Amino acid sequence: MPTEILMPALSPTMEEGTLAKWLVKEGDTVTAGDVIAEIETDKATMEFEAVDEGVMGKILVTEGTQNVAVNTPIAVLVEEGEEVPDLARDQALAAQPAEPAAQPAAAAPEPAAPAKVEAARPEPDWPDGTKTKKQTVREALRDAMAEEMRRDGDVFLMGEEVAEYQGAYKISQGLLDEFGSKRVIDTPITEHGFTGIGVGAAFGGLRPIVEFMTFNFAMQAMDQIINSAAKTLYMSGGQMGCPIVFRGPSGAAARVGAQHSQDYAAWYAHIPGLKVAMPYSASDAKGLLKSAIRDPNPVIFLENEILYGRSFDVPMLEDFTVPLGKARIWREGSDVTIVSFGIGMTYALEAAEKLAEEGIEAEVIDLRCLRPIDTATVIASVQKTNRCVTVEEGWPVASIGNYISATLMQQAFDWLDAPVINVTGKDVPMPYAANLERHALVTTPEVIEAAKQVCYR
Amino acid sequence: MAARKTTAKPNVSPEELTQYYRDMLLIRRFEEKAGQLYGMGLIGGFCHLYIGQEAVVVGLEAAAEEGDKRITSYRDHGHMLACGMDPNGVMAELTGREGGYSKGKGGSMHMFSREKHFYGGHGIVGAQVPLGAGLAFADKYKGNGRVTFTYFGDGAANQGQVYETFNMAALWELPVVFVIENNQYAMGTAMKRSTSTPDIYHRGNAFGIPGEMVDGMDVLAVKAAGEKAVKHCRAGKGPYILEIKTYRYRGHSMSDPAKYRTREEVSKMREERDPIDHVREMLVQGGHASEEDLKAIDKEIKAVVNASAEFARESPEPALDELWTDIYAEAAD
Repeated sequence: MPTEILMPALSPTMEEGTLAKWLVKEGDTVTAGDVIAEIETDKATMEFEAVDEGVMGKILVTEGTQNVAVNTPIAVLVEEGEEVPDLARDQALAAQPAEPAAQPAAAAPEPAAPAKVEAARPEPDWPDGTKTKKQTVREALRDAMAEEMRRDGDVFLMGEEVAEYQGAYKISQGLLDEFGSKRVIDTPITEHGFTGIGVGAAFGGLRPIVEFMTFNFAMQAMDQIINSAAKTLYMSGGQMGCPIVFRGPSGAAARVGAQHSQDYAAWYAHIPGLKVAMPYSASDAKGLLKSAIRDPNPVIFLENEILYGRSFDVPMLEDFTVPLGKARIWREGSDVTIVSFGIGMTYALEAAEKLAEEGIEAEVIDLRCLRPIDTATVIASVQKTNRCVTVEEGWPVASIGNYISATLMQQAFDWLDAPVINVTGKDVPMPYAANLERHALVTTPEVIEAAKQVCYR
Repeated sequence: MAARKTTAKPNVSPEELTQYYRDMLLIRRFEEKAGQLYGMGLIGGFCHLYIGQEAVVVGLEAAAEEGDKRITSYRDHGHMLACGMDPNGVMAELTGREGGYSKGKGGSMHMFSREKHFYGGHGIVGAQVPLGAGLAFADKYKGNGRVTFTYFGDGAANQGQVYETFNMAALWELPVVFVIENNQYAMGTAMKRSTSTPDIYHRGNAFGIPGEMVDGMDVLAVKAAGEKAVKHCRAGKGPYILEIKTYRYRGHSMSDPAKYRTREEVSKMREERDPIDHVREMLVQGGHASEEDLKAIDKEIKAVVNASAEFARESPEPALDELWTDIYAEAAD
């Protein structure tokens, strides 16, 4: 009986990949464990092994094909002497492999990967008529670092696997080649130590970018970030500035359990002396990171692993920056204000589209920065809509949503027609089981429900 | 500890020796005054005095060149005076006044001077060690030939980040002298109760960092060791460890009754190994200074310290606006 070989998921967040190379051809006999193809994921090029034995009956996806969705049939294995079946359906699939939204039926709906919503964009950060290009968040972050490193010789990147490995999440791809090992530095796995060295280098006049493979590991370095980087300017009466960027992914990826799934937005936003950015789109990732690198203060730059592979319009401008501390209105609306940031924007925007179908026009605000936090934009919006829902992946206690709610109560009490609702991640450590993880995270239906509730609908 | 040496080493002139005497005496008298002001309630919070350890910083400063950096923990007044910071600014910071190095916002444990390349003043045990290596990293990156003196105590030597730093400093050949000021007590815990091996400098062996033990009550021995360490770093050979055996006469901080050691132990050290008396003897026995000369120096130092106390009393408290300044730096461009 013929067996379909499916495009494998080779990383926790992989949704699609490139079939880089076939190592077998039609008619070849394969046994289980043979490497049959090379597949490029968002992180690395992986060898793909056969799990069954048989003869390669038909290759359905040719090598070099990009954006092959996980679970797409890529070849058919037949038994010795067996006919290759009629594969019209599969060939049709193979002919248009670049449609990530057309997930194969086998894949369960994944709340972390909803359809892209990029329709409304009332406040772009670039002038009308500027040419844009599609770029992933990953590429935008790399370009931001490369541009700033070209601009200023004191900027350098250090972290685990940033140089020769080209970045654990491929953010620093190509930087070692361009800037060399003096400025793109692999560190040992020693967060506490290399964070302190980075902060010391900033005191000594350099502008380090410290990459944490994920911000979960930065907890080992918390003392250096807060006690040394954030407070020294104040403690020195203004003498000892610390121009440094700490960047890396924060928040849940997919199925990596409690110690690797945590949103640090509220933690860092608490600290005077730090600035905290958490971009959603690729253009914001680029523009905010460039501003962060130029900023004379320590900046926590919270990225998201799931967003790394998403594409957005990025303006083709020579030097595109986005100021720290200014929110962006993604979608105008008059009925309810939805405030979010980072991956929370995915749910906020999706909810807004669905609410519009039901006649509720939501205004969606991306805070982009959590310190300084642009409450003025939120207040102005609520003065128009009179209702507000906040959306974040982090936990509910002492959350960013709590702060927004308190600010609205103090500064826009008379405009509020309903209590503000904070939609957050559930108040539990992240479980591993797929169904439990889906429930622990924010979901779009929860945002829709909260918006209806504040609209008394 | 090695027997006391009583003659000046040939590379030290009488003038230099006199200067070391003056520098150590300034620290001693300044710290005594700080203790007094603390007792009067003019200095608050934590106040860690350096009395007894003066030869360490004065000896190493004698080995430093212009532009070299230094960073230390919270027992930092001596380091600041030794690298030439103004006693008035230091004392006024202790009293929390506008005229202090941090405008009164740092206190005893948090003072800095870019001008004198003094990078603090850090309150978390061991945290200054990677910071010091980072300063050295910046110097190596710039290729300016500078060396950073990174001071920490025998207590901090048990912090994990110290060894993370040793590893990277050796790996990247950073120009940093790790100075372990071993005063034999981590707050109230004697070294033998906290530290698995008696010689901390041996721990560099695991990372390929050379190190040596130094008699920290002998300013000339410290200077000689410092010169060797600095030469090693400046030659691009990476870090160097100096474990300097010293002794603090006072408690860990002003609130420490120091019940963990005997009165006899302290007075024996004071009588037999005092680093200032040592230099004083050398000056007198070598015929470099008369008792009158030394009295004149004492008087001069006393005047400087009294003036700093006066300044620290007179300087106003910071304006309330200062509460809200220096949280963020403004972009230069």
